Amino acid sequence: MPPINVKCILTIAAYSVLLALGVSAMAQAQTAEEKGLTIAAEAKRRDIGWGDSQSTLNMILRNSAGQESARDIRTQTLEVQGDGDKSLNIFDFPLDVKGTAFLSFSHPLVADDQWLYLPALKRVKRIASRNKSGPFMGSEFAYEDLSSFEVEKYTYKYLREEACDGGTCFVVEQYPVDQYSGYTRRIAWIDTSEYRYWKTEFYDRRDSLLKTLTVNGYKQYLDKYWRATGMKMVNHQTKKETELLWKNYRFQTGLSEDDFNQNSLKRAK
Amino acid sequence: MDNKKQCWGGLLSLLVASASYADFDIGGKAEFEMTAYTDEGQFVGQHYQYNTSIALEPELYWSWNERSDSVIFKPFLRGDQQDSERSHGDIRELAWIHVGEQWEFRTGIRKVFWGVTEFVHLVDIINQTDVVDSFDGEEKLGQPMFNVSRVTNWGIVDAFVLAGFRERTFPGKDGRLRSGLVVDADRAIYESSDKKQHIDVALRWSHSLDVFDVGVYWFDGTRREPILQPAIVNGDLRLLPYYPQVTQSGLDLQATIESWLWKLEAIYQTSNTDDYWASQAGFEYTFYGINNSAMDLGVLFEYGWDQRGKAAASLSQNDIYTGARLTLNDTADSTLLLGIGYDRDFYTRTLFVEASRRLSDHWTIALEAFFIEPSNHQDAVAALQKDDRLQIVLERFF
Repeated sequence: MPPINVKCILTIAAYSVLLALGVSAMAQAQTAEEKGLTIAAEAKRRDIGWGDSQSTLNMILRNSAGQESARDIRTQTLEVQGDGDKSLNIFDFPLDVKGTAFLSFSHPLVADDQWLYLPALKRVKRIASRNKSGPFMGSEFAYEDLSSFEVEKYTYKYLREEACDGGTCFVVEQYPVDQYSGYTRRIAWIDTSEYRYWKTEFYDRRDSLLKTLTVNGYKQYLDKYWRATGMKMVNHQTKKETELLWKNYRFQTGLSEDDFNQNSLKRAK
Repeated sequence: MDNKKQCWGGLLSLLVASASYADFDIGGKAEFEMTAYTDEGQFVGQHYQYNTSIALEPELYWSWNERSDSVIFKPFLRGDQQDSERSHGDIRELAWIHVGEQWEFRTGIRKVFWGVTEFVHLVDIINQTDVVDSFDGEEKLGQPMFNVSRVTNWGIVDAFVLAGFRERTFPGKDGRLRSGLVVDADRAIYESSDKKQHIDVALRWSHSLDVFDVGVYWFDGTRREPILQPAIVNGDLRLLPYYPQVTQSGLDLQATIESWLWKLEAIYQTSNTDDYWASQAGFEYTFYGINNSAMDLGVLFEYGWDQRGKAAASLSQNDIYTGARLTLNDTADSTLLLGIGYDRDFYTRTLFVEASRRLSDHWTIALEAFFIEPSNHQDAVAALQKDDRLQIVLERFF
């Protein structure tokens, strides 16, 4: 055992106290903006490392008169460390768009790269991703509502804590950084235990309430990652709504970069 | 007889067995087309204003080895009320695709599209155009090929061996949308002594770099577009297709910058008859969510140029194209495309409208209108001046 250096111990102790005081002082002084960011960063941190996933998605589109139409999509997603995720969506229904496939490389701050494959023409079209706020397949979900969550895409403001479907939730306001977003802000309800999104309100460019998304049926995969089985987006202005049903979630299925290029897009089917 | 039965039974059980081993999917579509012309045609055989046509295109798909292997079979059959040449069949696709570790092998009859522009598909060369099926050149005949493709960090490389040439289809004597002389497609003439058996080759590199999508290729073989030569056949003056041997290099480039799509297609073709450059270039700008709705409005502009000028066989030698594309982004996927073409050499004006939407889970409807106003009879399209038309296409998907 090395000789005990009292001076050294005292120095360490002093620094420790200072450090502890400093951290708690910082925690107390954390602004609503910082707290909002911390919550978003924690939610993202808990969702790192899943690798890749595949699932099927049934969409039910309902107009104000209650008429329904359906969409079936298969999705493949690859987690990309240090950048946005890569995804490949293959449309199965309606039959006139069967075989159409959508490849997207999302990025936190610059525009996503997106390609659409049109099977009747055998044509791959690079499409402008400026269109974030446009409806996805005629639904109430915009492209930006379905793209991967990256902390840098928003600035934040913590509002309060309150009861929600997931127990107790942080209520956080999120302001899109992208000037082409269709929203001025979103308000998200994120539970305090598992950091899952239970409800999100979307405010349009005139800052009036446009849509509300509610999420249910969370299931845990790989003992860590939570995924919802049901989502419902209600448009308050048009009275239309879209339900999403996620099925057959599979993780770490062996997908790699090789499954997300124009060759894989063309043979997606 | 019994042997035959056994044979069929064996084949059937083999099919059933293979179908249960592989993933099997059957689908396709039936198409009902009705056309109304504003006038009767100006040539013999064209004295009608209405035409009905039905087409069937089933699609059979098998996959196995977790989709590393797949076979697609897509036959096509059309029956036409007026034009017996348009009543035709084709194998659009019959191909086996194998995805290996680094390489992808595609063998059989396939369709391949290259290009970025909307009004003219200049660089697209692998497949023959099924002119009789669709006047706008969007329909292609299946091309027998062996294609190997490799994805690398610096792009995708494709090598093609194209075995077996497909002759271009043309409307017959009773068909509309043709020149005064009927093309006798059965009496094609070839520069190569191998004729239809000539083996063509192509090599292409394509890559996506930041906002750019670029493709460069080299093709050597029988030109898809024939030179039409007048000849007397059985006392009739007709046009005979002549297919020269060409070497063509091509470039397609798109820059996708916010709401802009900048597009360029260019080719350089050499043959025993002439060497020339041609290009099609332009842009598409989209106004998203117009008037705070879900609708998008795209504005298109393209210019087509051919070094051969007025003498060019191409219809896009000095032509300006403008268009507007309205996308409703509704549940019925409604779209409307309006295009105007203007030939700066011959002063011909063309106008076309394409509108489509989904009627139900199984039906779609498309409306197409085409009007042409030639002002110079030296322009090849002047032959179409009585062919202004309106077309309704209903498609049933299954």
